Amino acid sequence: MGLDFSVVPSYADALLLGVLWTVAITVTSAILSFFGGILFAVIALYGPWLIRLPFRFFAWLFMGTPLLLQLFLIYFGLVELGIDLPAFVAGVIGLGLHFAVYNSELIQTAILAVDKGQMEAARTLGLSRTQALMRVVIPQAVRDVIPPIGNNMIALLKDSALVSVIGVSELTLSAQLAIGRTYRPFEFYAAAAVLYYIINLGMEAVLRRIERRTQLSR
Amino acid sequence: MDIDLILRVYPYFLEAAVVTIELSVLTILLGLICGALGAAARLSRFKTLRFLGAAYVSLFRGTPALIQIFLLYFGGPQIGIQLDAFEAGVIALGVNIGAYMTETMRGAIIAIDHGQTEAARTLGLSRAQAFRKVVLPQALRLMIRPLGVNINAQIKGTALVAAISVVELTYTAQRYIGSTYKPFEMFLLAGVLYLIIITVTGKVISFLDRRVRLP
Repeated sequence: MGLDFSVVPSYADALLLGVLWTVAITVTSAILSFFGGILFAVIALYGPWLIRLPFRFFAWLFMGTPLLLQLFLIYFGLVELGIDLPAFVAGVIGLGLHFAVYNSELIQTAILAVDKGQMEAARTLGLSRTQALMRVVIPQAVRDVIPPIGNNMIALLKDSALVSVIGVSELTLSAQLAIGRTYRPFEFYAAAAVLYYIINLGMEAVLRRIERRTQLSR
Repeated sequence: MDIDLILRVYPYFLEAAVVTIELSVLTILLGLICGALGAAARLSRFKTLRFLGAAYVSLFRGTPALIQIFLLYFGGPQIGIQLDAFEAGVIALGVNIGAYMTETMRGAIIAIDHGQTEAARTLGLSRAQAFRKVVLPQALRLMIRPLGVNINAQIKGTALVAAISVVELTYTAQRYIGSTYKPFEMFLLAGVLYLIIITVTGKVISFLDRRVRLP
C-alpha cells in the first residue's frame, strides 16, 4: 500500500478541530500548572510540617513516575471515588498537576535565591510576612524562572498528546478517528506531526514575547 | 488498601519492570549513539551536515514522541518497514531522546573554552587530535549530569509504548486497573517500581559524576 496524501484534505475540518482542542487543553493546563506551581512552592517551603512533609512525598512520587501512569490513576481513580468528570477535565487536571510539580521545583529554587534583603526591607516598610512574600519575593522569583517554565510549557504541549489515551478528542485522537475510517495511518500521523510542529513554533514565538516583556521590567 | 490483591499481582509487575528496564537500556544506548552523531553533525565544518543535524533536533523535539511512535509502528508498514511493537518503540523512543541528547552533548562541547583548542594546536596537535585528546575528555565530564536528566526523563518516557500494547509497567498497571478496579493500588505498585529504577539510576549517575569531576 503506497502513500496517498490526497485523503488528508477531506478530514481537514476534523484535524483543525483537534488542533483547537490541543491548544485549549495546553493553555488551560499551562495556566493551572503555573499558579499550581507557585502554590506548591509556597506549601513546600513555608507550609506547616504536617502538610509540608506529605506534600514533598507526593511531589517526589509525581516526579518519579510517568505522566501516562498518572493520567490512568486520575481518570480511573476519580471514577472509583464516584466522581465522573469529562475526559477533558481529567486530562487538564492530570497535565496541570504533573507540570505544576515540575514548575514548583523551579520556583522553590528561585524563591530561595531572592536576596534576603528584599524580605527584610518589605517587613521594615510594614508589610506582613505573607504580604512581603506575595508582593515582593514571589513576583521576583517567578520572573527569574520564566524561561525554564517556558521550556516546561513546550514539553506540556507535546505531552498533551497523551490525553488521547483517556479519550480527549484532541489532535492525536482526531488523527486516529480519521485513520479508523481510511486505514491510512502514515498520512494522518504525518499530518498530525506537521500540525504539532506548527503549534510548537507558534508557542515558542509567544513564549519569546513573554520572556522579552518580563525581562524589560528590570 | 487491598494488600491481598497487591501480593497476588506483584509478580506480574516485577516481570513488567524487567521489560521497562530493557526498554530503558536499549533506548538510552540508541539515544547516546544518535546524540553523538547529531552533535558531531551540528558541530561539523560542512554546512549540509550542520543543517541535517539542526533539522533532526528541530523535527524530533518539535513533535510529540507518541506521534513518532505511532507513525513508525502503524505507518511504517505502508513504506515497507515492518516492526513489532517492542522494536518500533525502542527505535522511535531512542531516536527521539537522541535529539535531546544531541543538544546536551553539543552544549557540553561548546562550553569548553576555545583557548584549549588553540593551545593544543599551538603545541602541534592536529585538529582531530586536539578534539579527541583535549576537548572531548573535558566535555565528557560536563556531560554526565545533564545526560542524567535526559536519562531520567527517558525511563519515564518508556511508558509511552503502553499505547502500542508493549507489556511494560504502565501497560500492566492499566490492564490491572481495568480488571480489578483498584487504580490506587495498581498505581502505587507500578509507581514504587519506577521510583526504584529511577533512584538507582540517579545514584549511579551521581557516582560517575563525582568520580570524574575535577577538584
